[in-house]
Amino acid sequence: MLRRTFLGLLGAAGASVALPMSAKAGGKKFGPHPDTQGVLFDATRCIGCRQCEAACNEVNELPAPDKKFDDLSVLDTERRTDEKTYTIVNKYQTETGPVFRKSQCNHCLEPACASACFVKAFKKEPNGAVSYDASVCVGCRYCMVACPFSIPAYEYGEPLTPRVMKCTMCAPRLAEGKLPGCVERCPKEALTFGPRDELIKIARARINAFPGKYVDHVYGEHEMGGTSWMYISGQPFSEIGLREDLGTASAPELTAGALASVPIVVGLWPVLLGGIYAVSKRKDKIANDERVMAVKDALSKAADQAEKKLHEELSKAETASQRRIEVEVKKAVEEALSAKDEDAEKSEEEA
Amino acid sequence: MSAETVAAEKKSLFTPFNIIAGIILIAGLVVTVMRFTGGLGAVTNLDQNNPWGIWIGFDLLCGVALAAGGYTTSAACYVFGLKKYHSAVRPAILTAFLGYALVVFALHYDVGRPWRLPYPIFVQQGTTSLLFEVGLCVFLYLTVLFIEFTPAMFEWLGMKKIRNVVVKLTLALTIMGVVLSTLHQSSLGALFTIAPSKLHPLWYSQYLPVFFFVSSICAGLSMVIFEGTLSHKPMHHLMDEEYLDNHDGLILGFGKAASLVLFGYFSIKVIGLAYDNNWHYLTTGYGAWFLVEMLGFVALPSFLYAIGVRDRSIPVIKWAAALTVLGIVVNRFNISLVAFNYQLPSAQRYFPSWGEITISLFVVTIGVLVFRFVSTRMPIFYEHPDYKGEH
Ligand code: SF4
Ligand code: SF4
Repeated sequence: MLRRTFLGLLGAAGASVALPMSAKAGGKKFGPHPDTQGVLFDATRCIGCRQCEAACNEVNELPAPDKKFDDLSVLDTERRTDEKTYTIVNKYQTETGPVFRKSQCNHCLEPACASACFVKAFKKEPNGAVSYDASVCVGCRYCMVACPFSIPAYEYGEPLTPRVMKCTMCAPRLAEGKLPGCVERCPKEALTFGPRDELIKIARARINAFPGKYVDHVYGEHEMGGTSWMYISGQPFSEIGLREDLGTASAPELTAGALASVPIVVGLWPVLLGGIYAVSKRKDKIANDERVMAVKDALSKAADQAEKKLHEELSKAETASQRRIEVEVKKAVEEALSAKDEDAEKSEEEA
Repeated sequence: MSAETVAAEKKSLFTPFNIIAGIILIAGLVVTVMRFTGGLGAVTNLDQNNPWGIWIGFDLLCGVALAAGGYTTSAACYVFGLKKYHSAVRPAILTAFLGYALVVFALHYDVGRPWRLPYPIFVQQGTTSLLFEVGLCVFLYLTVLFIEFTPAMFEWLGMKKIRNVVVKLTLALTIMGVVLSTLHQSSLGALFTIAPSKLHPLWYSQYLPVFFFVSSICAGLSMVIFEGTLSHKPMHHLMDEEYLDNHDGLILGFGKAASLVLFGYFSIKVIGLAYDNNWHYLTTGYGAWFLVEMLGFVALPSFLYAIGVRDRSIPVIKWAAALTVLGIVVNRFNISLVAFNYQLPSAQRYFPSWGEITISLFVVTIGVLVFRFVSTRMPIFYEHPDYKGEH
């Protein structure tokens, strides 16, 4: 690998760790579709009659409720959607008296549930609804963990075929050209169905027409990347059970950094690890080579020394033998000389 | 050796360990029947606000983190060339393989329709989901771990040829293992990045994936030490000289590494805190608990490890390892259970039911039993005589 490419990759990896928010490349978009539709809920109009709940129960053929829909005492305790109820109305005590707020799936533009589902059971449909397909759902319930509005509910009592339950925006009725059940039934027109762009205009018009009556904010226009259901209210949204700290980043944006790092890890790690392996291997090899060299060195030194010694010994031996010869010769000469002398003496005596 | 094992088995089935294990197994089977006849609601305290309980928090999150010894040890040995840790690789691989297999087993209880667990991979891929990444990596890594484990099995079965083929793949498998582990260890943390409104700011961070990855290394190193300690006594007769000789060196080496990585983890956690400017939460009740986690289960073991290594004190290192392992459990519990849904009133918060605890114990017990079964039969703690000093 070229050194520059490698450094480039390294830089990219560093950036994806350092700037997770900006790495949007990893998250896929879900919408919004241009003609997406939705519902506007006006909290100043809602009277908490629970008619929408009743309508929802009927059109979706949900099990009968514990308490009848005309029993308004249920409003005294805060409820949430569950596996038998796609929508509920809660009562909130505010400075200006009780305010009612309907709750159901908000059909987000970039749904957290769809982004979280690992079998794509959720889908943002062109008509605005976020649909759920029970035929692939594994039942991991990550969608429930992910939904910022805590909407999806689970059939915990079902041993073999549990489903995730939530508002469908009455997709089957929309297909027939009808209104969602709750919208159709509402006696006070607290619910308005229509194209999302139109709804924002209507909301703004109402806020502008009655400046003292509304908080100047359309809840859902930008929250969590925007939702198809939106709310306007006379009281701060946090007082009617809508969190104002959700931010405007959509779910795919929140997880984009982590997803974007996948290809980096897959691309970079084997190279890095291979490099480390090569280095450690090379270190071994160098250490090994050095060892071999040292042995060779030692051997050759030893050989040299041995030769020198041999040489020395030999030359020593040579001198020694030469000396011995010399001595022998000397001895022989001396002997010869003394023999001569003896001879001379002998002959003198004889003469 | 095998004669010894047989003798040990013949001793008596009614050892205290076996009796407790037996009771847990029976209780687990009872809860299993209840779960698959009455649904999740019959045995768990899960509800519409708390879809994930200890089966995710303990069985999945802790299980995967504590099985990280597999990739850390094999990477140290084969990639970083620290050959002296060789004898620890097999026990670590076996533990990791069993750990992941049990994670997948435990998931069968938690998900609503377990027979559809292959769906995300084979039917419809939700590639935008971090859970998809987790699922795919766990599936692939389980396969890799199984292949990495097979040489021990083939040696036991005397299948020389195929064993040698698999051994040749070691480096490639190790690198794949590290890549897959990096991805899913970090993705488990990233799972929670989708819910900033539900996780307490002290634990929520865009760096969650990095935190999870780095802490998994601490978990892996500590688990190898911790588990070596646990299996030392009951498995001692099976351990060969190489294993025993290297054991102390390994503990010192891993202890040193763990000390450093824990210190690094502490630093990046502080950086995360500073990056989100969450200091003011430290004075709240959650802040106090956060400090307990950071000081008692990260800083303290890091310090203990350092002392243990300096003084060459094996017992101190072992205590540090136990503390780190506990700390990982605390951390994963904090993120998935304690700090999750912090915005809810206490009456709506989750606490595990007896049924859930029983199943978690059941899964751990099965793990211990299978580990004992395999390691008393296959060459895990010793080198097979036919392949001495080969790999
Ligand atoms: S409100 Fe929740 S369930 Fe409905 S679309 Fe949004 S994320 Fe999905
Ligand atoms: S529970 Fe079903 S719909 Fe929800 S994320 Fe899991 S597979 Fe998808």
